[in-house]
Order: sequence, then C-alpha cells, then structure tokens
Amino acid sequence: MKSLGSIRRSFAPWADPKSVPFIAVKNVTKRFGDFVAVDDLSLNIYPREFFALLGASGCGKSTLLRMLAGFEQPTSGEIILDGQSLAGIPPYKRPVNMMFQSYALFPHMTVENNIAFGLKQDGMPKADIAARVDQMLKLVKLDKFAKRKPHQLSGGQRQRVALARSLAKRPKVLLLDEPLGALDKKLREETQFELMDLQQELGLTFVVVTHDQEEAMTMADRIAVMAHGKVVQVATPPEIYEAPNSRFVADFIGDVNIFDGTVSSAGNGTVEIATQSGFTVRVASAELPAVGANAGFAVRPEKIRVGRDRPACAPLNAAQGEIWDIGYLGDMTVFHVKLKDGKVIKASSLNAVRAVEDPIGYDQEVWISFDENAGVVLKD
Amino acid sequence: MQRWSRFNIASIVLGFAFLYLPIVLLVVFSFNESKLVTVWAGFSTKWYVQLFHNQALLDAAWVTIRVGLISATVATVLGTLAALAMTRYTRFRGRMLFSGMIYAPLVMPEVITGLSMLLLFVAIGFDRGFWTLTLAHITFTMCFVAVVVQSRLLSFDRSIEEAAMDLGATPVATFLQVTLPVIAPAVFSGWVLAFTLSLDDLVISSFTSGPGATTLPMRIYSQVRLGVTPEINAVCTILIGIVAIGVLIASVVSRSREIQRVKDEQAAFAH
Repeated sequence: MKSLGSIRRSFAPWADPKSVPFIAVKNVTKRFGDFVAVDDLSLNIYPREFFALLGASGCGKSTLLRMLAGFEQPTSGEIILDGQSLAGIPPYKRPVNMMFQSYALFPHMTVENNIAFGLKQDGMPKADIAARVDQMLKLVKLDKFAKRKPHQLSGGQRQRVALARSLAKRPKVLLLDEPLGALDKKLREETQFELMDLQQELGLTFVVVTHDQEEAMTMADRIAVMAHGKVVQVATPPEIYEAPNSRFVADFIGDVNIFDGTVSSAGNGTVEIATQSGFTVRVASAELPAVGANAGFAVRPEKIRVGRDRPACAPLNAAQGEIWDIGYLGDMTVFHVKLKDGKVIKASSLNAVRAVEDPIGYDQEVWISFDENAGVVLKD
Repeated sequence: MQRWSRFNIASIVLGFAFLYLPIVLLVVFSFNESKLVTVWAGFSTKWYVQLFHNQALLDAAWVTIRVGLISATVATVLGTLAALAMTRYTRFRGRMLFSGMIYAPLVMPEVITGLSMLLLFVAIGFDRGFWTLTLAHITFTMCFVAVVVQSRLLSFDRSIEEAAMDLGATPVATFLQVTLPVIAPAVFSGWVLAFTLSLDDLVISSFTSGPGATTLPMRIYSQVRLGVTPEINAVCTILIGIVAIGVLIASVVSRSREIQRVKDEQAAFAH
C-alpha cells in the first residue's frame, strides 16, 4: 500500500521490525465486576512516540491509562515498560508520571511546592530541587507565579502547573488524561502545539487519552482508536483518516459518506461495488473482497465534487441528485445532496475563488462524482 | 433593599426573645448586688470575685477542661480514622451495619449510653474517676467527629491523592502531606465540636465519674439543687462569654478567608 505520509517523516519506529517497543501492553484485560473495561488488549508504544488513545467515554481508554500509572491492576495480561514488567509495582515506584484531567493540584501548596512535591519525595538535595523547579517554571512560562496558590491561577495557568509538576521528575513516560479538556477552544489549540514542541524538546514518550479526535489528529504520531475495551485500529493520523479499517473508525473520525452495496467485480487492484443508490463505484484497493459479497464504500465529503454538468466518468463514480441543504462556513461550503434513492450525502468544497458567478443554489439538479482513489472499501 | 413586613418583624422578635430572653436574664442577674436571684438590688461584680475564691468550682472547671482536651483529641483521631474507613472502603462486608453503628450514638438517649458505660466499668472492675469519665466522653464525641469529617471527605477530590502517589509519595506520606492538610479544617471543627460537647455534658458524666472527678456542669447542677445563687449565674455568664467569643472568632476567620479566596480568584481571571 502506498504511504499516506506521516507527521514526522523520519520518525516511524513502528514500521521497523527491529525496533523494540518502550511500552508493551500484552493481552491486558480489566474487569470491574461483570463489566469488562479493557478486553484482551495488546499495544506497542515506541520510545519518543506521541501516542493517543482515542475513543468515546466508557471505551476503556482511561482504564488503560490508569493501569499504566498503577492505579488499577490488570485482571489478566501484563504491561512491560522499558523491558520490565509493571505487575505489582505500586504507582509511587513507577517511572511514569501522569497529568490529571482535573489537574489535581495540591490546593494547600504554592505553585513551586506543587512542582517540588515529587522531587522532595525522592529526597533530592534542596539546592537541586530549587534549580529544577526554576527550570520547570521557565519551561511553562510561570516564573512570576511561583508563590501563588492554585486557586489564584486561571484555568490555563493551572494546566501548565500540572504539566510542570508531572514533568519535574523527568519521567520516562508522561501520561496525559484529557490534558486540554478544561480549556476553551482557542487556548486548547495553542496548547496542543506547545505540548508537541515540549515533547520533541524533552524527547519523552507521551501517552495521551482523549475523546477529541481533532486533538488526537493534531498532536499524535499514532492514534489507537478504541471501542468497547478493544483497539479497533492503530495508525498514523493520515492513515486513520484516509484508510480507516472499519465502518466504526470511518464513522468515528471526521465526516464520511458510506455507500452499501455488493461487490460486482474485483481484480487488477480495483474493486467495483454496485451500490444501493443505483450507481456503480470503481475503487482502487489492495485488498480484494469476493465477488457477490456485501461491502461498503466510504468516501470523505471533501473528496466529492459537486457540479451541474455530467462528469466524464459517469456512470461510474457519479450520481445525480438535488441540493438539499447548503452550509456556508466561510473557508468552505458543505452541500447536502439528496440522491435519487433518497440517500442524503455530504460534500464539501473549498471556497478558493472569492466571487463565484452563479453559485450552486438550493433545489438545483447536480451531479456528484469522485476519483477512483477517493475512498476505501469496507468489508464488514 | 428588601422591605420588612410587620409579620416578619414580629416573627423575628418573638423567635429571638424565645431563644435569648432566659440567657439575658441570667447575665443581668449575675451582676446583681442582692443574694436573691429574682430581686434586683443594684449593679455589682462581687459574685465574680467570690467565684474565684470558690475552690470546689475552680477544681470542677479544671477537671472539665482536662477531660475536654484529652477526650476531644482522642475522639478526633478515632473519629477521623472511622470516617476515612467508611468513605474509602465502600465495599467491605457489613459496611451498612458499621456506618449505622457510628450514627446510632448520636440519637441514643444519653441516659442509656451513660448507664451502659457504668455497667461496663463496674463489670470489669474499673474504678470510676477521671479516666472513666474521659473514656465515656471519647466514646460519645467520636461519632460527632466522624460525621463532620465524613461529610468533608465525601466532597474530597481523590485525584489529588493519586497525584501524590504518582509523584512518588507512599500512602503514609500521601496521607500526612496531602489528605490531612486538606481536610484539616473539618478535623479541627470536629475537635471543637467534641470539646464543646464534652464541656457541657451532664448526664453521661454523672453516670461515669467518680469521687474527685466532678465536672463543672455536675457541680453547677448540684449547687442549684440547694438553691440558685448569683455565683452560679456568674459562672454561666463566663461560660457563655467563652463560647460566644469562640463562635465569633471562628466565623470571622472563615468569612475573611472566603473574601480573600473570592478576591484571589477574581485577580487570577483578570489577566
């Protein structure tokens, strides 16, 4: 399969069979009574990787993070960190630190004492603690706030104290539980890039739990999409987006149109699917499903063209419909097109030209079309 | 500004009169010149002077304070531990029974508590005196401490304890450096409550104390049986004064803290 690109071109240890995972989660199951929070899950995370666990609430992502931190013990299976099994090791003896969703700052301590807390537990000499605290305060740009208490800080500042505190001990792995969840949108976007820079600068392994796909896509080297205690797909953000391995992932990440149908031919790297919407899709695919099998075709809205003229590729990869709704977002316009069979699909187009004469309007008859490599075949 | 209706004014006046008229009378008559408590014969502080020459009363006060300090402190330790156990280990066997048993002494008639303790002390041959009195006070005040501390622990954000452990603090270090300082105000109010309850207990003390361990409420009660003297009024006025000052300080401190906190938060979000 052609590479779909990655965030850092040179950084892809998961693709190299010789690289050794830094964190290996091996067949881990966690039950709470009858409820299975994490179900026979295996994962490899590599040194210096920014790894995201993405899923809806209750998918087991937080439980997995808490098992890495040591707050929960796996019911079965084991977790190996840097060649050592973590079984039975309490949280206070693990070389990992965690940044909590609620920040969990100590309310009765000043900012500098919060940051120094972990260092004091290790019995570090006082002068060294002061130096390290100073360095951490500068790193998160809070040097002026050293003597403040948490309630004297804004939400963004508290978040940075929590980050500084969890980094102060220079852990091998930093676990982040919804690190940006409590920040407003603008601050969140800024902080995403700050976190990425910080991770690069310090050369640490980050494992972040989030339900926000944009956050995961922006920051992570690889994303594990989780559902019902299992990992559905682990891949780089472009792979997750452009080549989802299942209906669940296609639907969970971004917007998608899925056409159901049956495979009418398969061979030579292309698959043809006769869709229930009355047209045939021809798609480039490395995996070839059996002829006659049920299959779906997933295509992202921005890969669909909308036009008044009959496209050259018709009747393949093209269908007629009428404009049902138009959402103008400024940078792009989202069209909802109702096909002949009543199915409404989403298509978006970039508003690259400023003043369009005679733009496409409501209730107009249009053609939608897309290229052979615009989408993927879903076998389930 | 809200408007006061006549009905509201009347309710407030009546309510406060009901609560405080007896106390006001007591305070006024403690400054009475006459030996007769109900006849006003001019202002005098002689009963206060006489009070400090009444050795029996002073001894009783000293016993009361010692019992209060020891029992409140021990009850606070035990009550806090019980509260921790009940909020932390929510799934142990017999938890319902245990928590019910913690609350029961709050509503148990004091006569029963006192009598049962008396029977126990007699049964095990424990001579009644200062220590039986203190033990009894520990027993009935620790439930109050447990209730006060437990209500604080219910709103306690446990992630700060996890954060402490995550940063390398052992469970003991976590408790001493994080949990205890954060719940300290509740533990302190529990202590104050226990001390106050111990200070003014009469029924349980009567059952469990012995010779040489008479508390102030017991002494006052026995003297009143021989007739109320203005001296007793003076003792009570001093007690009321101490309690009032304590309440005042506590509320002023918590109020100014609250104001400071609101100010700090506004300052934090201003920039």
